Amino acid sequence: MLLIKDLRVSIDGEEILKGINLEVKAGELHAIMGPNGSGKSTLAAVLAGRELYEITSGKVLFKGEDLLEKSPEERAKDGLFLGFQYPIEIPGVSMVNFMKTAINSIRKNRGEEPLSASEFLKKMREKKDLVEISSSLTNRSVNEGFSGGEKKKNEIFQMAMLEPELAILDETDSGLDIDALRIVARGVNNLKSPLNATIVITHYQRLLEYIVPDFVHVLYNGRFVKSGGKELALLLEEKGYEWINAEEVN
Amino acid sequence: MGTITGNISLTEQFRDLYRNYSDEIAANSAPLMNAFREDAITRLEKQGFPYKGREDYRYADIESVFRQDLAKSFSDQKINFKIREIFHCDVPDINTNLFLLVNGRYYNNGEMLKELPGGIIAGSLAQAAKDYPEIVEKHYDRYAGSSSDGLVAMNTAFAQDGIFIYAPPGARGEKPVQIVNIMISETGQMAQHRNLFIAGDDAELNIVICDHSLSAHRFLTNSVNEVYAGERAQIDLTRIQNEHNGSSQITHTFNQQETSSRLASNIISLHGGFIRNNVFVKLNGEYAENHSMGLYLSDKGQYIDNFVFIDHASPNCFSNQLYKGVLDDYASGSFTGRILVERDAQKTNAYQSNNNLLLTDDAKIYSRPQLEIYADDVKCSHGSTTGQLDENALFYLRSRGIDLREARFLLMFAFAHQVIQNIRVKALRERIDDLVDKRLRGELSRCNNCAMQCG
Repeated sequence: MLLIKDLRVSIDGEEILKGINLEVKAGELHAIMGPNGSGKSTLAAVLAGRELYEITSGKVLFKGEDLLEKSPEERAKDGLFLGFQYPIEIPGVSMVNFMKTAINSIRKNRGEEPLSASEFLKKMREKKDLVEISSSLTNRSVNEGFSGGEKKKNEIFQMAMLEPELAILDETDSGLDIDALRIVARGVNNLKSPLNATIVITHYQRLLEYIVPDFVHVLYNGRFVKSGGKELALLLEEKGYEWINAEEVN
Repeated sequence: MGTITGNISLTEQFRDLYRNYSDEIAANSAPLMNAFREDAITRLEKQGFPYKGREDYRYADIESVFRQDLAKSFSDQKINFKIREIFHCDVPDINTNLFLLVNGRYYNNGEMLKELPGGIIAGSLAQAAKDYPEIVEKHYDRYAGSSSDGLVAMNTAFAQDGIFIYAPPGARGEKPVQIVNIMISETGQMAQHRNLFIAGDDAELNIVICDHSLSAHRFLTNSVNEVYAGERAQIDLTRIQNEHNGSSQITHTFNQQETSSRLASNIISLHGGFIRNNVFVKLNGEYAENHSMGLYLSDKGQYIDNFVFIDHASPNCFSNQLYKGVLDDYASGSFTGRILVERDAQKTNAYQSNNNLLLTDDAKIYSRPQLEIYADDVKCSHGSTTGQLDENALFYLRSRGIDLREARFLLMFAFAHQVIQNIRVKALRERIDDLVDKRLRGELSRCNNCAMQCG
């Protein structure tokens, strides 16, 4: 589904990603872990189409097509979703209007008819229940006045509404209390299917107690320095990122 | 002959015009209004035309606007048209009591004044000056008369008619009163109308003014509106400006508010080549509340200029100014918001906010807050922002599959809606949302059935 080959990315002349290779297949759940500043969020932003970065080499194929030459909206229409680490507040744009516009834009791209008002509301209700987000939030402007936890739940809600083939969740667990973390994790687990894939980016192992990854990759200083199964996360939790550092040197 | 500056000669031009036509002007108006004309023309001569660069007309090139070669008419033009056939209002769903002004004159369908359900009287101002002189006299030129603006004096000298709306004490209309102000002619034309809106003590008035141009000629309107809110009266005044871009419009609105009255004005400027709106508010009694709001959406070569002056003349009053604008292409404009807190106006709360979105490098706006405070126990604040659409918000929307064009539109609409959401009549609020939606998408006709593709 996703194939990243030797991806190198700079910002203001400084190289942040120094040759990333990754393959994600349908049905898989990958976790990318790493300390602050290792390039995790940069990778997520580049995949979603943020234009602040300079891609110096490498290529990314999503469902066999060149991802990097597409606009952010084209990527989303193709089935890519980014869960933001810091979701944006947009006063004046209602959640309902936002989601309706997004869903119908994606449906149009697939050659499907727009959802009717009642179909849309039905879908809203179902997905709201899934992530336990209250109507008082979905009746408001996008993220406006939401708490940190509510914003993260809202990201999962949007993911549930848009039903992406590949979801990249950028530190969705940061700043969450244990209850919110459970809800977010349940949302991710419920949406998992043999046809879609998920990449969770996290600093801590904590989230992985609730979401069990098929693969764990450790990003360090712009490179994947280790990959393995879910046990790698535990090892990392126990020994800390310093352990990687030592391994790297050796 | 000495050097004659443009200003003097423009003043002379209109003075001479007045001298030549004063009989015709008077014959087609009302004695009560005629009584003010001589003084007014003297004031115009003294005050002259506002010149560009003058403190309160810093950026507006009034002179060029008035130098256009435009016909002036002082008698009934006998324009025969079926209003329903040529004009389809963009605010159709709201059920209103409709009145028409055509080229500055009350459009007569047999009834010069009507009594509306709830006891409100509305119709021709000139007729009201004859039928209800005691009411008109009490207010006519009482609030505009002290203006230092020559354009206001000129209106008083020339204006022959306009719309009169009177809500007697305690009266409440069931429906809004809608004034459709139309410019239509076979040549370029200038018109000066005069409106007088009065809400007696405890009365409620809801007024909507829609400005339109219906033929492909240059038009110029110099409109003076006097608005009086008696004690505890409530007035909602909405003006929707949608003339074509070959039109120029200058509006002066004088709002006089007595104790515990509430007045909200909204000026929505959608189209129009040159627009200058002057809003004056005098908070003349304690606990009066004023909301002066405006939204302007300008593109191509449009010029939009809003000038607001809130005079806190009494203690314990509240005022809030909210003006927002989106300027595209090479549109330009200005916002000036003046707050005067007089010496005795303690416990004043006065707020002002002006926010602008510039969509291109060529669009420009001048934003000037002016605060003059002579009382010591007041709360006053002002804020002004000018910038582009938020890149982070745009990316967020696009990352959900929303096209760039649509994402920009959603953000612009959200920005504009913050003004519209303050309109209290739901049906009107929704219609204006709809108009703004169409305007931002470029789907709003600049003038109905008008062939002129003016830039």
